[in-house]
Amino acid sequence: MSWLTEMPQMSRADMLTLRQTLDGAYRTFSRQYGDSIEAFFNPLLQFLIGFERLLLTTPWWLVLGVITALVYAASRSWKLSLGVVVALMLIGWFGMWEDTMRTMSIIMVCTLLAIAMGIPIGILMAASDRARSVITPVLDVMQTMPAFVYLIPVVMLLGIGRIPGVIAVVIYAIPPVIRLTNLGIRLVDKEVLEAATAYGVSPLQRLLGVQLPLAMPNIMAGINQTIMMALAMVVIASMIGVQGLGQPVLRSITNQYFTLGLLNGLAIVVLAIIFDRVSQAYARRAQRHMGVRDS
Amino acid sequence: MSESSRADVQIRVEGLYKLFGAKAKTTMARVHAGESKTEILAATGHTLGLRDINLDIRRGEIFVIMGLSGSGKSTLIRHFNRLIDPTEGRILIEGTDVMKLPPKQLREFRRHKMSMVFQRFGLLPHRNVQDNVAFGLRVQGVKRQQREEEARRWLKDVGLDGYEEQFPSQLSGGQQQRVGLARALCTNADILLMDEAFSALDPLIRSEMQDQLIELQARLQKTIIFITHDLDEALRLGDRIAILRDGALVQVGEPRDILLEPADNYVESFVRDVNRARALTVDAVMKPPRYRITAHSIDEALAQMRTLKSDWGYQVSDSGAYQGILNRNRLEAAQQSGGDQTPLDQLLESVPGISGKVALEEVLPKTLNTEYALPVVDEQGELQGEVSRREVSRILSRQQQDPEAAPEH
Ligand SMILES: Nc1ncnc2c1ncn2[C@@H]1O[C@H](COP(=O)(O)OP(=O)(O)O)[C@@H](O)[C@H]1O
Ligand SMILES: [Mg+2]
Repeated sequence: MSWLTEMPQMSRADMLTLRQTLDGAYRTFSRQYGDSIEAFFNPLLQFLIGFERLLLTTPWWLVLGVITALVYAASRSWKLSLGVVVALMLIGWFGMWEDTMRTMSIIMVCTLLAIAMGIPIGILMAASDRARSVITPVLDVMQTMPAFVYLIPVVMLLGIGRIPGVIAVVIYAIPPVIRLTNLGIRLVDKEVLEAATAYGVSPLQRLLGVQLPLAMPNIMAGINQTIMMALAMVVIASMIGVQGLGQPVLRSITNQYFTLGLLNGLAIVVLAIIFDRVSQAYARRAQRHMGVRDS
Repeated sequence: MSESSRADVQIRVEGLYKLFGAKAKTTMARVHAGESKTEILAATGHTLGLRDINLDIRRGEIFVIMGLSGSGKSTLIRHFNRLIDPTEGRILIEGTDVMKLPPKQLREFRRHKMSMVFQRFGLLPHRNVQDNVAFGLRVQGVKRQQREEEARRWLKDVGLDGYEEQFPSQLSGGQQQRVGLARALCTNADILLMDEAFSALDPLIRSEMQDQLIELQARLQKTIIFITHDLDEALRLGDRIAILRDGALVQVGEPRDILLEPADNYVESFVRDVNRARALTVDAVMKPPRYRITAHSIDEALAQMRTLKSDWGYQVSDSGAYQGILNRNRLEAAQQSGGDQTPLDQLLESVPGISGKVALEEVLPKTLNTEYALPVVDEQGELQGEVSRREVSRILSRQQQDPEAAPEH
């Protein structure tokens, strides 16, 4: 009775067939549809490249000026804006300007994609309990599955480059927006919703005029987390050819360049802080009447 | 339209049942079999919200629905604009069965026919006061300029002039509820639903809001359905009061019916500690005037008293206006002293008429100061009725005859 002492295990031969069948099936799939999928993503790729080029070819002081203006517009804080200028100047001083711009461009695109897809999915999830019971486990898998694992099929399908990077980052970073949009809508004050219904709102008026605005604090928190998670993926994404601050870090690991790694790591941290502070300051300002206290 | 307006009934509720739970329809059999709310809850997990409600609400009245917490008040009021769908029964508003309205028409109906005020205000926190008031008009698609004009007008009416740009979180509870009221009035709907609208407010603010509502109502003549768990508020506002217990109506009537003829012990326990002198108005307790005299001379007056078998009477002029009280002794004394021709005017005892609208409390001292029943007159000075000291003390003392424990609530 071997199963008493040893866990029953499938035979090697069976395992091999399983792997070969699945791998074979996926390979056939990617051979068959790889091109059309690539074509589907082509506009996005062009946009990514264009945006990156824009950031890189524009004179640094103009980019810096625009960023600072955006930061000020969002936060209305001189202190924060000044901090951003200093931080970005330092990044440039240490020779990381171009990589930072690349990373910033991909993070912004990924975040926008995540928001553009995440909010509608979150709305759907809040509107229907059935949708929620389907989507929740998917999100759980997306968040717990090691990023490397879903990089494999993406790379098999699309090769190495920006698009697989974007897909990987979006998959990794999208769950918080979805979850918090759903939560935010479900937590909207029942009486306010009732009031809206009592005054005869249409479903669209309810969504745009009541549910989304009242869910905004939570949605903003979700967006903030999404940005942070996207940044956390920068290094991993660089393994599949996404240019930016991740690549020098990766090189530093293989070659044991401590200082280079540290500097680029710090640049990522600076970006994270900028995104975080600005999005939070904006959220606070936008919701100052909604009982959200400054923290 | 014609059918309901003839009876002046604007809202009619027929055989309304509401059962909360997944299998409400099939569980209704138990309700019809007469099982109680607790039994049904224990056996099936379904909560009986309303049981066989039948009501007629008249145009222009303040109809108060009262009951303890959990008695189904909110459930009932939410049926009128279908925030809740009934399990059984019909709701007719001006003859239209609201249950039969398809979604789009239901929205139109909600936009124009009814508006609602909520206990915790239900204002949009991200909109300023003016936008909140204009909300209903905005939903209707009214142009910005027009709806803002309207909103400002109603804000002025509720006493919030100058608060247009404030946000709800910057206002006190009372002010927020004024915004809620202005929002409800702004759509010009003729039915106003108010679910414990003043219950979250401090007593002082609450009574201010009650005054304001009465004042507005005198001008606007809406049909108001007002929910409260507070009998004093119900008595103060209600033209009629319905009392709910465990989802069933136990009594519907005018305030005096509720106070003086409570249908059962439940209602009794509600009204027991009410200060009747304060809650009842004079016209709720007055009787028709017994001794009405329309004389032009002493002889005539004495003759009329003899037919009335009374020693005194209310002298009423030809135009029907109350003049004063004539007393037989005084008339006879005047006659004996040879003043047969003394004008009656000079012999009148001036006992001023009281208004029927005031609280009993206010006229209580006056009833004690005179041996006569006090004359009740209307605004034109015409004699409407009388209030005797004995009647007042009978009504007020009924309370003291119930020395039982304090009511449950
Ligand atoms: N959505 C609901 N689901 C289940 N039970 C409910 C629901 N709404 C109200 N009830 C129940 O119906 C009864 C009446 O509630 P409600 O109308 O809110 O009472 P009131 O407003 O008089 O305090 C209570 O027993 C309550 O628990
Ligand atoms: Mg209630």
